[in-house]
Amino acid sequence: LVFTEEDTYGLYSNLLFKYFLAEGVVCGHDLFVASAKEHPDNILKELPAPLLDDTYRNELGEEGTAVKSEDFQDSMKIAWRYQNLPKMEASPTSSTKFGHYYDISKRMSPELFQSIKRHSFYLHEESSLEPKMKACNMNSAYARLLQSIQRIIYQEGFDGSDPQKKQKTILRIGIQSLGSLLWGDDICSSDTPEDIHSLTKFLYVLRGLLRKSLSACIITVPAHLIQNKAIMERVTNLSDMVVGLESFIGSERETNPLYKDYHGLVHVHQIPRLNSLICDVSDTKDLAFRLKRKLFTIE
Amino acid sequence: MFAELNELLDASPQRPESGKFTLLRDTRTDGSFLVHHFLSFYLRAGCKVCFVALLQSFSHYNIVAQKLGVSLTAAKGRGQLVFLEGLKSCIDLVFGEEEEQPGQPSPLQFLSESTSDLKALFDFVRTSLTPNGSDSWKGPVLLVDDLSVLLSVGAAPVAVLDFIHYCRAAVCSQLKGNIVVLVHSNEDSEDEENELVVNSLCHHSDLILWVEGLATGFCKDVHGQIKIIKRVSLQLTAEPDLIQIYQYKIQDKNVTFFARGLSAAVL
Repeated sequence: LVFTEEDTYGLYSNLLFKYFLAEGVVCGHDLFVASAKEHPDNILKELPAPLLDDTYRNELGEEGTAVKSEDFQDSMKIAWRYQNLPKMEASPTSSTKFGHYYDISKRMSPELFQSIKRHSFYLHEESSLEPKMKACNMNSAYARLLQSIQRIIYQEGFDGSDPQKKQKTILRIGIQSLGSLLWGDDICSSDTPEDIHSLTKFLYVLRGLLRKSLSACIITVPAHLIQNKAIMERVTNLSDMVVGLESFIGSERETNPLYKDYHGLVHVHQIPRLNSLICDVSDTKDLAFRLKRKLFTIE
Repeated sequence: MFAELNELLDASPQRPESGKFTLLRDTRTDGSFLVHHFLSFYLRAGCKVCFVALLQSFSHYNIVAQKLGVSLTAAKGRGQLVFLEGLKSCIDLVFGEEEEQPGQPSPLQFLSESTSDLKALFDFVRTSLTPNGSDSWKGPVLLVDDLSVLLSVGAAPVAVLDFIHYCRAAVCSQLKGNIVVLVHSNEDSEDEENELVVNSLCHHSDLILWVEGLATGFCKDVHGQIKIIKRVSLQLTAEPDLIQIYQYKIQDKNVTFFARGLSAAVL
């Protein structure tokens, strides 16, 4: 369960959301897209086009040279112990390629969608019938979304319940702007929300659905609007991975020379520790992102 | 179980204690490695364990337990381990059919509208750990991972504290068993309900293992610090609590503990 805290205008988190879905298309996974803001079909029309192998290397070539031009020849005076450590890799090398790469200046062509199944949940088009499941005092929009996800998981055999439907793919679920007013939740608009448990109950049930099926989910939330920080603490405990995007738009960091090449910061609040005592922590913790014409990079 | 932690706690599976309430607490880091430790420790000790696992699946614990030399599947099979997979119970409750076993309410009954207390969960624990005639296990043990989740899904703090109180009375006092509970806490936390529960549990614990991420941030060789608080003051002998602080590093199959500043990487 990947939980993304949106940046102030949702620009960059939307991009991350689309990357997740695009990767699903390229890998042949089924998609489930839920939103209360945009129609899922429109979201899918805007997925970035994947880069084929040779085009990718050309793209990376341009980026690679830009990085190498700054050589740190000055010796360090205070941090001298670090002098002998190898310089950090600023960009991924082709030997550690994981997943696919995309050109965000181009749209994904519809042919790529042909073979995969897409399911969508657009809140305003969903029927307002009471769900058959026990709503558990949860916000009805969340309850309906859970009902819809559970139905797809069951019908398409992602939970292995039907031995005949041997599902060899996974279901990628993307939920946009959860917790916002459009979902009927007031945690983003009020200091003292009426029901502080709906979102966390939703996440708990969703976690249960994900654990018992072949599925993965990304959720974006306008966390900066949630006044009650206790909710964010609880949400972090209920998620496997929590990433926050902080854009520099309109903030004082925009003019800070340290950040002149970047558009924002990436905060990795939590990484999954599943099936193991250890977790896969990377060496670098200070991450920033930048959006170029064709590429969104995190360095 | 981690041999070094047993040494620090002066504990051994050959002679498990009885009637003790241990609180596991984590701040700024993940203290679940302690849950894996106690699970394998008590199974090795031959105790009957009721594990209320609210956040992870059975297979997660099973895979880690195997690295620590214990098979949860086998333990379940011989009746030594009763495993409540909270996520699965929740799904069964929420999406299940109405006509399921009317005599046996789901342990997580409080999630649906009807009740606001955790009595069903307590009944589940008590039924699991009350010995029947044929059992030959050493003392019962209740293990909970993690209590803070109950608050997130709508249980009131008072209900959670009542649940723990009833469990203590049944498991520690009546059955002479042990309880180990994990809670999360953050400094400057705004989650008042959680802080209330955690502080209350601290007052009533015999042993507190408090795991914290380093204040200086992430480090590859030292993953955090553990404060071992032996609540000697509860024994009314006018002695203060015994507090020891160590640092630790988590590896694939073990966790090593060392005095502060003496990580192997530095020596």
